Amino acid sequence: MTISRNARMFLAALLGVGLAFIYIPLSVVVINSFNASKTFSWPPSRFTTIWWTKALENTGVREALKWSIFAGLSATAIALVLGTCLAFAVSRYQFFGREVISLLVVLPISLPGVVTGIALNNAFTKQLGMSTGLLTVVIGHATFCIVIVYNNAIARLRRMGTNLQEASMDLGANGITTFRLITLPNLASALFAGGLLAFGLSFDEIVVTTFTAGPGIQTLPIWIYNNLFRPNQAPIVNVVAATLVVLSVVPIYLSQRLSQDSTTGGRF
Amino acid sequence: MRLTALLTAPVLWLVVAYLGALAMLLVTAFFTIDSFTGNVIQQFNFGNFQDMLTDAAYKNVVLRTLGIAISVTFFCTVLAIPMAFYMAKIARPKTQKILVALVLTPLWASYLVKIYAWRTMLEPGNGVLDWLLKPIGIHSPGFGGPAIIIGLSYLWLPYMILPIYAGLERLPNNLLDASGDLGAHNFYTFRKVILPLIFPSLVAGSMFTFSLSLGDYITAQIIGGKLQMLGNVVYQNFSINLPFAATIATIPVTIMALYLYLVRRTGALASM
Repeated sequence: MTISRNARMFLAALLGVGLAFIYIPLSVVVINSFNASKTFSWPPSRFTTIWWTKALENTGVREALKWSIFAGLSATAIALVLGTCLAFAVSRYQFFGREVISLLVVLPISLPGVVTGIALNNAFTKQLGMSTGLLTVVIGHATFCIVIVYNNAIARLRRMGTNLQEASMDLGANGITTFRLITLPNLASALFAGGLLAFGLSFDEIVVTTFTAGPGIQTLPIWIYNNLFRPNQAPIVNVVAATLVVLSVVPIYLSQRLSQDSTTGGRF
Repeated sequence: MRLTALLTAPVLWLVVAYLGALAMLLVTAFFTIDSFTGNVIQQFNFGNFQDMLTDAAYKNVVLRTLGIAISVTFFCTVLAIPMAFYMAKIARPKTQKILVALVLTPLWASYLVKIYAWRTMLEPGNGVLDWLLKPIGIHSPGFGGPAIIIGLSYLWLPYMILPIYAGLERLPNNLLDASGDLGAHNFYTFRKVILPLIFPSLVAGSMFTFSLSLGDYITAQIIGGKLQMLGNVVYQNFSINLPFAATIATIPVTIMALYLYLVRRTGALASM
């Protein structure tokens, strides 16, 4: 395609500006975790790794990480089951209210988190008389994770079609065998991508968590939030933040190795 | 039979755990609280909505929030178009893959960490921005409205780049060549050929940037200074006056529903 050299250079420069905009703040976070100063000062005058050792020993961080992983895994497991069931129903059957379901499933992620948060809190504590805790966090997270799995699964199911399953049935396999040997293996990478995204979303969620966690449970984002304005905790917060920045490469690496349809994350 | 088995659990979950909770919240918006005990009085009335619509303070918050959401969408669009264009049409296939990964990666970095990063960037006096830009005479805007716009644009930029990138990838190169052959300049081709064809992508991206900004309150808490968005008003009323929080919460939901309706009418989503 013919684009003048000047136009190319101009666009490349804008791309550079955009990437700088994206990566300078993230780099600052990582560099700052080695900043020897206990209070914030930029540029750092000395560097140290002492905050990294301190953060590793910090019980609050460890507890929070444990809760985050537990809540993320539970919510992802629930979302995988419910999202896949829903995707099968919508892609393979015609029924009354099918359109409504595809709207219903995206609603939890489309409405502002604060609305979902106070709605769930009100329902759990005022209407059902439950106390907020790990269970309510998992229910809240699973609710908005369903759509992620659903989107990934339904895209794959639509592309797969039903020919392979019909062939399998024609050759005498029953429904369970066909599901186990044909459908599931074909669906697996989409489910993995969906599960990964759902876990990532849950792991990072703060708003709905604020309203469903109660005082006893601190997930990692809640821990960061609670310590953000405590000056003496700043070095530890910096390390946790830097760790999360560095770790964000892992899912990208995994999804790049997966099929192409999952590289945009299925969020679209 | 099999359909029922597939549908029961997920539909039950979404309807009971989610729609039920939303419906109860909506009903609560029509209740009031006992100003003495703070308990919710379950008596249906429109008092909260009257308060909300007559108090100028809330009108200002709505307008400010809308202004922020629109600005964020605008900045994301302006930044995303050239980036996506380079990625889709100029970069070599190998570079292209790397660029997509570079744009995607920050999506996985924690929301809070990104806003925290901007706190250290914007810190007036000894922040990174002041250190970087002082030599050319620019100062950090500090914490407030501009900071919120920068922070939210930063958070949602990838959500704008990716649909535009996808739209441009689908756009055949020979359309651009044809436009050039017919004598159109780069900018003219952009305005008359590219922009109309990627419009659905812009709309898709704006649904993220606009709606995610509309309901946000954490960013305003961390880098907004004293500035309040709709979400902050909901958050603050939540513990002291739940019915009123529910009433305010209907505003972003209504705006979003309206926005979705408009988007549907343009037919942009159908052609995605």
